[in-house]
Order: sequence, then C-alpha cells, then structure tokens
Amino acid sequence: MTAFFRIDRVSRAFAPEITLGDRIAAKLGARVETRSLQAVNAVTLELAKGETLGLVGESGCGKSTLGRVAAGILPPSSGTVALDGKPVLLNGRKATTRIQTVFQDPFASLDPRMKVGETVAEGPVAHGLVSQAKAGEYVSEWFARVGLDPAFAGRYPHQFSGGQRQRIAIARALAMKPDLLICDEPVASLDVSIQAQILNLFLHLRRELNLTCLFISHDLSVVRHVSDRMAVMYLGRVVEQGETAQLFETPAHPYTRALLASVPKLTLDDEAIVHFEPIEGEIPSPLSPPPGCHFSPRCAFVQERCRREAPELREVQERRFAACHFSESLIEQGSSDFKGFDR
Amino acid sequence: MTAVLEVRDLRTEFNTRAGVIRAVDDVSFTLKRGEILGLVGESGSGKSVTGFSLLGLVDPPGRITGGSIRLNGTELVGLPQSELRARRGKEIAMIFQDPIATLNPLLTIRKQMMMALEAHQHMTTKAAETRCIEVLQRVGIPDPAARIKAYPHEFSGGMRQRVAIAIALLHDPAVIVADEPTTALDVSIQAQILHEMRSLAAETGTAMIWISHDLATVSSLAKRLLVMYAGKVVEEGATGTVLRDPRHPYTRGLITSLPAIAKPGEDLLQIPGTTPSFLSLPPGCPFAPRCESAEASCDKMPETAQSDERMWRCHYPLGLSGPDPRGAQQ
Repeated sequence: MTAFFRIDRVSRAFAPEITLGDRIAAKLGARVETRSLQAVNAVTLELAKGETLGLVGESGCGKSTLGRVAAGILPPSSGTVALDGKPVLLNGRKATTRIQTVFQDPFASLDPRMKVGETVAEGPVAHGLVSQAKAGEYVSEWFARVGLDPAFAGRYPHQFSGGQRQRIAIARALAMKPDLLICDEPVASLDVSIQAQILNLFLHLRRELNLTCLFISHDLSVVRHVSDRMAVMYLGRVVEQGETAQLFETPAHPYTRALLASVPKLTLDDEAIVHFEPIEGEIPSPLSPPPGCHFSPRCAFVQERCRREAPELREVQERRFAACHFSESLIEQGSSDFKGFDR
Repeated sequence: MTAVLEVRDLRTEFNTRAGVIRAVDDVSFTLKRGEILGLVGESGSGKSVTGFSLLGLVDPPGRITGGSIRLNGTELVGLPQSELRARRGKEIAMIFQDPIATLNPLLTIRKQMMMALEAHQHMTTKAAETRCIEVLQRVGIPDPAARIKAYPHEFSGGMRQRVAIAIALLHDPAVIVADEPTTALDVSIQAQILHEMRSLAAETGTAMIWISHDLATVSSLAKRLLVMYAGKVVEEGATGTVLRDPRHPYTRGLITSLPAIAKPGEDLLQIPGTTPSFLSLPPGCPFAPRCESAEASCDKMPETAQSDERMWRCHYPLGLSGPDPRGAQQ
C-alpha cells in the first residue's frame, strides 16, 4: 500500500545569513563560523487516507517547522513531501491547493483589513472553485457549517472572539476543499470551554469530509482525543511513532514515558498527594545537541552506549517505531499512568 | 491553623467610557498558613484582577470599591500607597505568567535581587548576596554563585521563572500570589516547578494562591479550589470534592470540556456560547444564558449557599440528594 501523504526523510536546517563582512573576511582567509540549526532531522511520516496523525513535542522540537514543510510553505533542505504520489513542491513553490493549514493564533492568521467573508472567498475564487457571482452563497454555506451566523460575513476579524476567529480560519481552510488539513496548535490559545467546542467541530467536519489530518500540538490530552496514530518529536527527530492508544499505554521511548508522567492529571482524591516525576534538566539547545542519543543527558535509563551511538528509528513492535536502544525492555516494563479519570 | 489572609466581599471596579466594569464582585475566602488555594476560571473571569487587588496593584481607572483584605490581621483596603508598598514584596508577593516581562533585561539577576532585598531591609552587601544565592539555590538554579551575575536573556524560560520565584521568596512572605506561573512553560519544566513550589510551601509555611485556567495543574497542587465566572466565585470547596461532585453547572461544564476525561474521538460535553462581556451581563445569574438547568428564577442573582465546608452560588445546584430542588420550587 502506498501512503496517501508521505513525508520522506525530510530535513530542514536554518543557517544565519552570511553577511557581506563575513564573506570578505572569508575571502581574506579568516575562518568564519556558521552554525546552522537542524530544526528537523531526517523525518519520515506516512498518513493513510482519512487518518489523523498527532505530532507532539515540547517547544523547539521542530514540530511546527515540520508542519510548515509538510504544508509546502517552507521548502525542506533535503527530502520530499508527496500527496497522492505527486510532489507538493515544484521548483520550490507549493504546487497544490489540496493541503490547507489552520494555525494557532487566529489573531495573526486573519487579515485585519479584510471582511471575513472576503477572506474565506479569496482562495476558492482565485483558484476557480467557485465563481465570483456565487461566492457569497458559498461563503454562507461554509459559515453555517462551522457554526457561525452567515450574516457575520461582512464583519472584520476584530469583531470576533478567539473561538469565532478559529471557526473562520477553519472555514477558510476547508472552503478550498483540501484533502489534507494541517492543524498547528489549533486550540492552544483558547479557553477550555471554547476549546471543547472547536474540538467537537473538528471531529464532526473530519468525519463528514473524510479529511486526512496532521494535528500538531503540545497538549497530550488533546492529541490523545483526536488522533489515530501519533509521533513524538525531540530535538528535530521523531523518537517514537505508533497507534495513539498503544503509545499511551506502553510508551517505547523513555522520553515519551517521561512526558506522559509530567502531565498534571485531574486529582479527585482530597487527601492524595500527587507525586510529580519531573524529567531532570532542560531541553538542550538545538544549536549544539548532545552526542549520541539526544535524550541521553536527561534519560533515567541511560547506558554508556547511548552517549556514543545515536539510535535509529526502528520497528520495535508491529506498526510501532521507536528510536531507543532499549525499547523492548521498556515495553516489557509496561504501562504509563496517563489517565484522566474514569467516569 | 491560623488564617494569614482573609478576604471579605472584595469588589474591584473599572470606570470606563462604556460603563462600570465590576471585574471582582463579592469575592470572599480565607487562606491558612502553608495552604495552597487554587483559583480557576477562564479569560475574563476576574481571577487575575482578584490577584492584583490583593497586592493593591490595580491601576486607575480600576479601584477597589468595597470589601476587606486582612493580611496577618492588618486591613489593606484603604491603606495609603506608601504603606502598601512597605508590605508588597515583603509580606505578600506575586509571580506572573511571563518572566520575560517581570525581569528587567538591562540588569543582572544579582542587581535585581539586591534591589528587591534593600527595598525592605538594610543589610551589608555581603549578607545580602549570601541571602540571594541561598534563595536561588532553593529554587533549583544550578551553580547560583556564578549564575547570579548573568542577565535574564541568558536563562531559559523555566530558569527565568525560577528566578522570579526566588525574588518573590527573598523576604519569606506570608502569602505568594502566583498568576498562571507555569502556563508559558513546557510540561517537563512545569512538572519541575510544581514539584518545587509545593515543597517550598510545605517547608517555609508560605501560603499560596495559585491562579490558573488549567484544572489539572491546580488539582494536583491545591487542596482547596475557588471557581470564578464573570467576577464572581460560583463555587468553593475541597479540590477533589468539587471536581468529583460539582454543585455549579459551570464547574461541571469546565470538567466535562476536558479531553483528558473523554473517550478518544467522542464528542466532548461542551458549554454552549461564550463568556459574557462585563458590560452586558445578564440581570441575574451570569451563567444562566449558557446553562442547561436555567429556569425563570435564574433572572435573580442566587445567594451563596453553604454546607459541609463548601460553598456555591446557584438556584439549582447539582448533585444534592433529597427532593428534586426544581420540583420543590414549583
């Protein structure tokens, strides 16, 4: 089976721009140091049609960069991205409208000087999905589908709340009739009650439209709720990938395990004293990642070998990938305690 | 245990051109020594303004228009600024969400800590520096004697928040008000800070008010919980009890909105609508327009009801046994 959407050994590095002064200095024989930041390092991900893949990790792990590469907004340094067998980028430019994105901040992603109806209509009209004459009707239809009063189409973004703006952003993305939706932290800036509304809307539309989805989030409980499979990133690499339920139950990478243990749980017992199990140390700078396994300086299970040899992402169980030398023994040790609570 | 902070019927209002905004409306609670009190609510619920009011940090056009704040027996409402300033940072301190905004980027950590110390205490430079290093050590800054000479930008987000906490701890305050202190941090760093804050409260006897929108974080830290909506405390009680068996429909809605407790892929039990604007609050219960259990009588503001060390403000509280309160009303 070939994957519907495939990110194939994609890397993306950011290097500081070489200034004129540096170039002259280099010409004159001086050693100019350019440190590049490897934001995404040889990541391969596959999505089947209709599937939602959750992409999680902490700040600076490269999840948003990978999302932008997948969306065709940012060209990769190496590797390819293909939808339905066709490359997403042609000559460095995005060559498809079948991938659309919803971003975290609905205050930044909508043009403040455009009426929201025009914002939603702009793409479909430009790409001939709908004629200018029928645009108004088309917009009304999408407004109704995302739960907004179609009469609001003539308003400007500042007249809406954060949750409403996120609905507009979703309408704009879906009005392009995409096959793949990339959501980058779509509910991170919303209040809990509004977050629940947007997640419900997302789940409904995904089912109705049979959308394939890459869902990027730092919030494990959100990803657990919406995704079929998930991938965990740490310092530019995918360290674990597998079915969501299985990954929560028996994490095969020490980082996943520690991450799950760090998430505060709803505590219902008045007398309980919650035992925090913080991961030691800080996330290393991606400018100078540690040698060997990137997680080794913080890992509770670290061995000598980990500091020398970076583990490859390998299949440790059926449809289950992890980049750790000792995944098998970790799986054997069994379950993490990530539960909300039983109702 | 003795109460270090007693707040009664606190009311804070903002006079704006569009009208008077009552951001804090009849808020009352008591804080005991070493206790951690959780204050939860969504944006615009008045939880942060409550925190600011306690420190007398509400700027015009806002002002405290009623109620009482007693800190170690002293009434703070109505005290002149100079006397408030003498207490702020010494007896009651605050930690904010964004440590980048709290710390001065142009001064070393040492300079900022020394200034904070000298504001309330005369010490020799050597003694002051020893004190600063000691506090930095306690909040988990590695190699504090060297790191104290660094500037804020040389610290990571988590370390910066530790420095902010260290400054708050300098004078061993009776109360620390922490306003979303871990919201901007990654989960692994958040767990470290939560762990340390709790042991600090236990070791030093400092009481804390932990303001947050995140029920899970608050529940793992606070023994008592206050839920705010549109400026009012709608429910108060022991954390586990409130979360297991909420009385107010808003509290229940907040809990059922959480994806953590739902079956993956299933619809979350959402609260319809959005938080009302303070300028157009409904006449009675502010939650009534979004409430499933609302009846005609919700047009009148419910009084607070109390039993078994918990409080709620609702005409039709959930989960009470006995005759259906709705039936009894009719």
